[in-house]
Amino acid sequence: MNKDKLKKITGARLFLPIICLIAVLLINVIKTPDFFNISVRNGVLYGYIIDVINRASELVILAVGMTLVTAASGGQDISVGAVMAVAAAVCCQILSGGQASVTQYQNSIILAVVAALLAAALCGAFNGLLVARLHIQPMVATLILYTAGRGIAQLVTNGQITYIRVDSYKMAGGYIGKCPIPTPIFFAIATVVVVALILKKTALGLYVESVGINGKAARLVGLNSTMIKFLTYVICGVLAGIAGIVASSRIYSADANNIGLNLEMDAILAVALGGNFLGGGKFSLVGSVIGAYTIQALTTTLYAMNVKADQLPVYKAIVVIIIVTLQSEVFKKFIAGLKSKKASGAVAEGGQKA
Amino acid sequence: MKQKKKMTSTGFLLLITIALFIVMYVAGMVIFADKGFAKPQMFLNLFVSNAGLLVISCGLTIVMITGGIDISVGSVTALVCMVMADLMENKGASAYVAVLVALGIGLLFGIVQGFLVTYMGIQPFIVTLAGMFFGRGLTAIISTDMIAIKNELFLKWANFRFYMPFGSTNKKGKFIPAYIPPTVVIALIVVILCAILLKYRKFGRKLYAIGGNKQSALMMGLDVKKTMFKAYVLDGFLAGLGGFLFCLNSCAGFVEQAKGLEMDAISSAVIGGTLLSGGVGTPIGTMFGVLIKGTISSLITAQGTLSSWWVRIVLSALLCFFIVIQSVLASAKKKK
Repeated sequence: MNKDKLKKITGARLFLPIICLIAVLLINVIKTPDFFNISVRNGVLYGYIIDVINRASELVILAVGMTLVTAASGGQDISVGAVMAVAAAVCCQILSGGQASVTQYQNSIILAVVAALLAAALCGAFNGLLVARLHIQPMVATLILYTAGRGIAQLVTNGQITYIRVDSYKMAGGYIGKCPIPTPIFFAIATVVVVALILKKTALGLYVESVGINGKAARLVGLNSTMIKFLTYVICGVLAGIAGIVASSRIYSADANNIGLNLEMDAILAVALGGNFLGGGKFSLVGSVIGAYTIQALTTTLYAMNVKADQLPVYKAIVVIIIVTLQSEVFKKFIAGLKSKKASGAVAEGGQKA
Repeated sequence: MKQKKKMTSTGFLLLITIALFIVMYVAGMVIFADKGFAKPQMFLNLFVSNAGLLVISCGLTIVMITGGIDISVGSVTALVCMVMADLMENKGASAYVAVLVALGIGLLFGIVQGFLVTYMGIQPFIVTLAGMFFGRGLTAIISTDMIAIKNELFLKWANFRFYMPFGSTNKKGKFIPAYIPPTVVIALIVVILCAILLKYRKFGRKLYAIGGNKQSALMMGLDVKKTMFKAYVLDGFLAGLGGFLFCLNSCAGFVEQAKGLEMDAISSAVIGGTLLSGGVGTPIGTMFGVLIKGTISSLITAQGTLSSWWVRIVLSALLCFFIVIQSVLASAKKKK
């Protein structure tokens, strides 16, 4: 009876992501006992855990988009980091009116944000067109924007870093008024809630899964597979745009070379850690979100262990390989084979005893 | 009964590529006549500055023919350069040892990635994406500062020149022979060897069969996994060799080196007629892809006012264009 219960728990979809998160947090608590301490300094919340949740916001937003893309097309969008840079560049360039540094808005903020999101949506639509309509492998299709995106962002900002030194612009990446909780957290929560609601209230979630499991079959039962795949890419683009604006607000500037750098890897990692199969099909949004927080916690831990930013990818790459190996069919079969061998061994032993 | 030789879509793509290259180069000659595009050396420089890329692209072509992909090549190049620089400058190793280690690193990448892709059945893109980050991160772990190579033997290799019987005359009327460094010779040998391997050897034909249709290749009794594994190992080895050639050009190792090289290599292969879905592609076509990339960079350099970002953007646009053509051709074939 107990064994069944254990099997039920370990077999649950969210088992792996939660265990990973707990493991990373445990390591942190052992290394820095005051990890969970939260204090109030200068009227804002302060502490390691707050920092992790705050810094993970962009990643959570990206992971949501990446989950949808992965589920529908069985591939990943590796251009999200570059799309973030494009959105940030467009937003800042409109706000500054072409100058390198401004202390007040040259154009309305609404115009800038809408334009930035439109640009991001356009990038997403471009990827979606290549993948859904022209049937190009998702990663090759998005590779185009992965390389060209930062170049486009450079062109938008004329190769300079555009600074927006306006207090209200810093809000999205900082704090609103006297609210002690960092604003990016709200952005992340809002994104997750909105997307989750859309998936729950409409049939989109189900459609995405069915297209991902078998695109042809989904089309035969009357789903517009092409359109659904296309839509997921546009959504992913817009979400990358939101993440880009938050990221640029943090540093109140548009740095085309560094905004969202290497974040595509983290986003894919979050999706994989969340127990989602990278080959498409069923997905769990909550899993990806947990995955995103796990990765940010891991990043913070590594930073605390004096690992330099340039060196981080080594550890993340190893984690990715371990996860995808665990997920792979060959490995599962191997484990299953071991188990059945054990079982048959036990039976044989039992027989001898009797 | 003589059948009229039909134009295959492969030949068609290669023809477009060659025509595009000639048109671009001639346009360069006409528009930037004063920049010396007509000089033989200018043409040879396309090879000189892209020798490493040429070798790497050939390796990538082999993997792409099987229907796979490898985006770790840029990072492998950076890692190879950094390791070589570190070995020679900080560890006091000889240039020969450094070269052997460089090739070993490439081989190791190929073996690990090939194993994960073929025997563990993981998507090649994910594996090599991890490889890409791993390589770049490892480069940063060795050193975050630039290491310039001052090893005498290495510099002797880097500065060696083969002079050609032809050349151009300078303003004073003095004859200056055109030259190529050893890197170009190695790169061209690799291209030719790859072309022979793919066209006339059993291994090469197996690659095409697997890329064309894995299932039927398996049913024909081909050892699909082993062949694909070999393809990745060969690709890794060529990435290591390409990294060495790249290092001969730059004579330094630093973290940001060869960033985006994987994109250059993939677009060169695709522009050269390699199908992303596998089964089609030739090293010769890839060579023309590399030449087109080189021409774009030198045109943009000659123009002078455009920023270097344009090279990547134009190349991406060109890649996009060729991918779309491939897709259209493929769907047209299906309709037939």
